[in-house]
Amino acid sequence: MTDRPLTKNIRPGQPPLDLKGYEKAGGYAAVRKALGGMAPKDVTQVIKDSNLRGRGGAGFPTGVKWSLVPIGPDAPRPKYLVVNADEMEPGTFKDRLLLEGDPHQLVEAVIVAAYAIEAETAYIFLRGEYILAAKLLMQAIAEARAAGYLGNNILGSGYNLDLHLHTSAGRYICGEETALLNSLEGKRATPRAKPPFPQISGLWGKPTIVNNVETLSNIPHILVNGPEWFKGLSHTPNGGTKLYGVSGKVKRPGVWELPMGTTVRELLEEHAGGMRDGLKLRGIIPGGASTDFLGEEHLDLQLDFDTVGKAGSRMGTGTMIILDDQTCPVGFVHSLIQFFAHESCGWCTPCREGLPWTEKILAALEAGQGEMADLDRLGKQVKFMAPGMTFCPLAPGAMSPLGSGIKRFREDFERHIREKRCPWR
Amino acid sequence: MLTDEMKHEIEAEAGLYEQRQAAAIEALKIVQRHRGWVDDASVGDIAAVLNMTPDEVDSVATFYNLIYRRPVGRHVIRVCSSVSCYVMGYASLREHLRARWGIALGETTKDGRFTLIPNQCLGACDHAPTLMIDDDLHHDLTPESIDAILEKYE
Repeated sequence: MTDRPLTKNIRPGQPPLDLKGYEKAGGYAAVRKALGGMAPKDVTQVIKDSNLRGRGGAGFPTGVKWSLVPIGPDAPRPKYLVVNADEMEPGTFKDRLLLEGDPHQLVEAVIVAAYAIEAETAYIFLRGEYILAAKLLMQAIAEARAAGYLGNNILGSGYNLDLHLHTSAGRYICGEETALLNSLEGKRATPRAKPPFPQISGLWGKPTIVNNVETLSNIPHILVNGPEWFKGLSHTPNGGTKLYGVSGKVKRPGVWELPMGTTVRELLEEHAGGMRDGLKLRGIIPGGASTDFLGEEHLDLQLDFDTVGKAGSRMGTGTMIILDDQTCPVGFVHSLIQFFAHESCGWCTPCREGLPWTEKILAALEAGQGEMADLDRLGKQVKFMAPGMTFCPLAPGAMSPLGSGIKRFREDFERHIREKRCPWR
Repeated sequence: MLTDEMKHEIEAEAGLYEQRQAAAIEALKIVQRHRGWVDDASVGDIAAVLNMTPDEVDSVATFYNLIYRRPVGRHVIRVCSSVSCYVMGYASLREHLRARWGIALGETTKDGRFTLIPNQCLGACDHAPTLMIDDDLHHDLTPESIDAILEKYE
């Protein structure tokens, strides 16, 4: 049994395993196990027992999510499983590794997950820019279909499943699961009101599960090796491994599968090789753009959902962005807010109006044209777009690096105002 | 007018979903693949094929970043604008391209060869700064390396 289940088949610079190679490496054993005699609810129970939590950023327990889907002969039909492969969070490049590195792992995961909720159709919602991933997934799906893992009466079990690839046309909000469902229906990707939750009323009003690529990729391994094995992979009670990434001015940026609960220090110093020569660490965005800054005092923090939460941020996607001492923190935050302002779907007012306003204030500050009152204005925006004030988590996510950035780098913001220029330029 | 080939491709896509409208985004991408961008007539044609109104199709077309409702050059350069690329120096890359052609983001070179647009995080942050030209991802870029890459796109 491996301690790096998600990446064990991935060899850098090599094409992914084809169906035969994947089977030889033990692949599709989870499909055989699930469809060869387990009831759907037993599959869900195994995932529940493993405490697997969603790797898309929110960390919701996957087994609990599945268990909310109506099961049995009286359940509404058809039911759907949707893979969220719309990796668009700035600084996040982990699902790409799994999609390009081991597409059959995802196909196998889809079959098991769809079986657990008795779905008859599954879609992979892939961002449009992931061209190579699309090609490799199409190949893997075709191979799986030809081998009888997809289609009617899979492996003689009586279970039928179709799997289709949907490539998106680019909007960050599609990562929000109800917006993703609208997009999949061919509409503008605005989020839907919850409840009802997609588990009850999702795609075309039918029970639907939306899971992230990394989350799903864990499923076959948990089913074959058991929940206790999965829990044992982790340094903390959160369970499993995690794909962690580092980008920014470090010696070796990259993405690695490591035990859940790996410390910031190990990730940054051991795996990413530390800061580039002559540079100092000033800030860390721990998990994609929409998380609060951490700093040097957090180097020994264990990266998992609960621990990072207690430290006042979120693990998010687990791919951290490093701010060094020769990069302007105001420009850094401005870049993040530019992204969110552009990607606001326009549905609710605080986000549609507030984010572009915030972006303009930051642009002025960065250019040395701001005033001290701007810092108060930004503080107000952080309150206006706090969790609960907007229709979906996009704007509150944007406020995480802004609010924490103003606190942490207050002196840098004020210098821009006092000196009427960017000190880094 | 949509060609038979386009109609055939759109029909194949529409068959994958419970409702035909679900093929709207792919239909726009199909037209764009053949024609480079999506003109008003095509919006109407797609609407007719998918039992939607032209306004419904246009509301979708104008929502998504990768659908072009204006003509673009022979090659589209999508410069990653994520924070990781900011840290790794996208400003000098953008300035280099701007100075080379005298065009801003969103504009097309005078010879119609390239259109320059910003793109949200391309998900290759460990190799920042990055950009895509058409379907190809290029990474670890410098103003010098980008010039050699551009030569490949006539």
